[in-house]
Amino acid sequence: MDFSLNEEQQLLKDSVDRFIRENYDLADRRKLVASADGFSRDHWRVMAELGWLGAALPEDYGGIGGGPVETMVIMEGFGRGLVVEPYFASVVLGGNLILMGAVDGLKSALLPKLADGSLQLAFAFAERQSRYDLFDVETGAAKTGGAYRLNGQKGVVLDGATADTIIVSARTAGGRRDKAGLTLFAVDGAAKGVSRRRYRTIDGLRAAEITFENVEVPADAVIGAVDGAMPLIDDVARRAIAALSAEAVGIMDRMQSLTNEYLKTRQQFGRPLGKFQALQHRMVDILIACEESRSAALVATLRLDDGNASQRDKAVAAAKVKIGQSGRFIGQSAIQLHGGMGMTDEMHISHYFKRLSMIDTLFGDHAYHLKRYPAL
Amino acid sequence: MDLRFSEEDRAFQEKARAFIEENLPADIRAKVRGGLRLYKDDYVRWHRILAKQGWLVPEWPVVHGGTDWTPVQRYIFLEEQARAYAPRLVAFGIKMVGPVIYTFGSQRQKDHYLPRILSAEDFWCQGYSEPGSGSDLASLQTKAVHKGDHYIVNGTKTWTTMAQYADKMFCLCRTNTDAKFQEGISFLLIDMKQPGVEVKPIRTMDGSQEINTVYLTDVRVPVEDRVGEENEGWTYAKFLLSHERSGIARIGASKAQLDKLREIARREPCGDGCLLDDEDFRREIAQVEIDLHTLEYTELRALTAAAKGEPPGPEANVLKIRGTEVQQKISELLMRAMGYYALPYLPEAMEYGYNEDPVGPETAAPLAAYYFNMRKTSIYGGTNEIQRNIIAKMVLGL
Repeated sequence: MDFSLNEEQQLLKDSVDRFIRENYDLADRRKLVASADGFSRDHWRVMAELGWLGAALPEDYGGIGGGPVETMVIMEGFGRGLVVEPYFASVVLGGNLILMGAVDGLKSALLPKLADGSLQLAFAFAERQSRYDLFDVETGAAKTGGAYRLNGQKGVVLDGATADTIIVSARTAGGRRDKAGLTLFAVDGAAKGVSRRRYRTIDGLRAAEITFENVEVPADAVIGAVDGAMPLIDDVARRAIAALSAEAVGIMDRMQSLTNEYLKTRQQFGRPLGKFQALQHRMVDILIACEESRSAALVATLRLDDGNASQRDKAVAAAKVKIGQSGRFIGQSAIQLHGGMGMTDEMHISHYFKRLSMIDTLFGDHAYHLKRYPAL
Repeated sequence: MDLRFSEEDRAFQEKARAFIEENLPADIRAKVRGGLRLYKDDYVRWHRILAKQGWLVPEWPVVHGGTDWTPVQRYIFLEEQARAYAPRLVAFGIKMVGPVIYTFGSQRQKDHYLPRILSAEDFWCQGYSEPGSGSDLASLQTKAVHKGDHYIVNGTKTWTTMAQYADKMFCLCRTNTDAKFQEGISFLLIDMKQPGVEVKPIRTMDGSQEINTVYLTDVRVPVEDRVGEENEGWTYAKFLLSHERSGIARIGASKAQLDKLREIARREPCGDGCLLDDEDFRREIAQVEIDLHTLEYTELRALTAAAKGEPPGPEANVLKIRGTEVQQKISELLMRAMGYYALPYLPEAMEYGYNEDPVGPETAAPLAAYYFNMRKTSIYGGTNEIQRNIIAKMVLGL
């Protein structure tokens, strides 16, 4: 049993940490959040050059041949830095959908561009009525000769406005809540009939509502099996959760150290706040929650390709539960321990809190996964 | 022992409900119900409607504009307002400086300031906290130097709610640097519209700017605008803490938010039905409903005891701690109820009169911001940690 990073992974971690240190203080981040696209295309280029966008892609497709552990390392670093570039949406969601599900031709066409930063992807799956059920899909794809016609609306598509290609889950058969009958399509964002309403999200990142009105999609844009996309969607959702868990661990770690530092320096009643036992105990509880979250997140990543499906699914659900609960506890506690300062936009701590709140919601909150866990 | 409201109180409740229903402007109600942004004009309008009826300051002595209502009736009136989505009036004039002035102020101060509080001609803010003095308020450093018939005030106040709207600020200042902290503080009434007063907004994590930092540079305060004795200011500040604390648990507002939560859960799709069909979510709502119910009766026990003249116990601190925890829990459930649609951040959709199509359900826009904003409740008014210290020391003798 070994939980340590190998040499290359350690170098990757150091490289991400250095990038954050040099480019991502709070003032830098604010500028990116306020910019037109919501992220820096220069940073995106650098991330491509450093091999991060292709870190989990095979060398044949322009990647460096890593896997979920590399993704985990990058996501944790991005959590620490509160990175806003569309890595999660494009690489973890879009990239995995293509890598795990597309035919060779499509893989060869898209993955190298993903790795070199010239192609940005998004995954449009949530709908108004679906809540957290990925199979609850009303957006329809009707077969018309050698193509499909897409109609429907997708909600809160992460980084959906800047994506070149949007991967859409649509129904080609069955009822709204049938697990069978779903198909994934790689849709050109500029195609006729695609309209996007862009907005910021609570964490400073970007999303979009995307409407598809009679959008023509060629048959070779199908990813995976027609009517049979659910296993692929589930697989990518697991990878998404593992990645988000890693990001959350990076955030929690930083919140813990920022708060600890604050308690050592802020004085009231003639001494540092950290001298008050009630607050010391709270800090310890935060530390414990960080450690637990790290363990849960690590196992989720390590079990992604586990042959035992139940063990794999439980590890992933457990991680989402743990980081959701711990995230709320650490987030709320850290704000409280910062007193009035914790409420301000000026301090770093509230920005971490908001991203953690976002993460709890993505791909099902802690209550959702706790509910489904016994049946896994 | 009797749980029922008296005949009298029930009649009072009906009268209160009818008045509010007839007189609360529809747009204000819509803003409060929708969690949309409120502005000075909204508060002032409701303030003046209540003042015209003579129901603005029920807890004040009748001679100064109060009513003869019992503590339970005052509680009922606050609750009826909250459940009808009336805005909660800002406390600084009517609950804080007003009582300090009629209790400790000079005749001139009473004659001059009290009517202006009632008419809302003066909008007040509170100059207490400083960057270096939060929980340890007594350590405050804003100095007021006595020079002839004026004080010259220099310092910085922070977390000043609505200072951007304020005409006046009641301000704790240090008038004696040689004494123990608590023994060198005076209570000054400061005109915000004069040179030397600079108000800088503080943006909070929910995106709003309801609090400010106020920089005071050589601000002149006439000595006749000092309330009570020099260096006795801490006494008056402490008076406020034990004075009229009804409504501190925000029971009415939490009930209104819980109603809103149930309605949202009834409309939010979940599985084959709605979120309210989800057993786990229903259980979470039940828990908070039970917590609110127990809090309500804790407050009523305290009120009825006070009405009998029994000395106050730790109720105010208990109610502050639990009231804020319940408020926060409800805000969390509201955000969680929305699922993905809690995530878009559209500040323009938090304004009354927003005409575009909502992103997701109409109620979604302010909910995450509300969750973030409510984190302040366990911090302000004496942090919940300080409240626990007070109970431990004063009640438990630890």
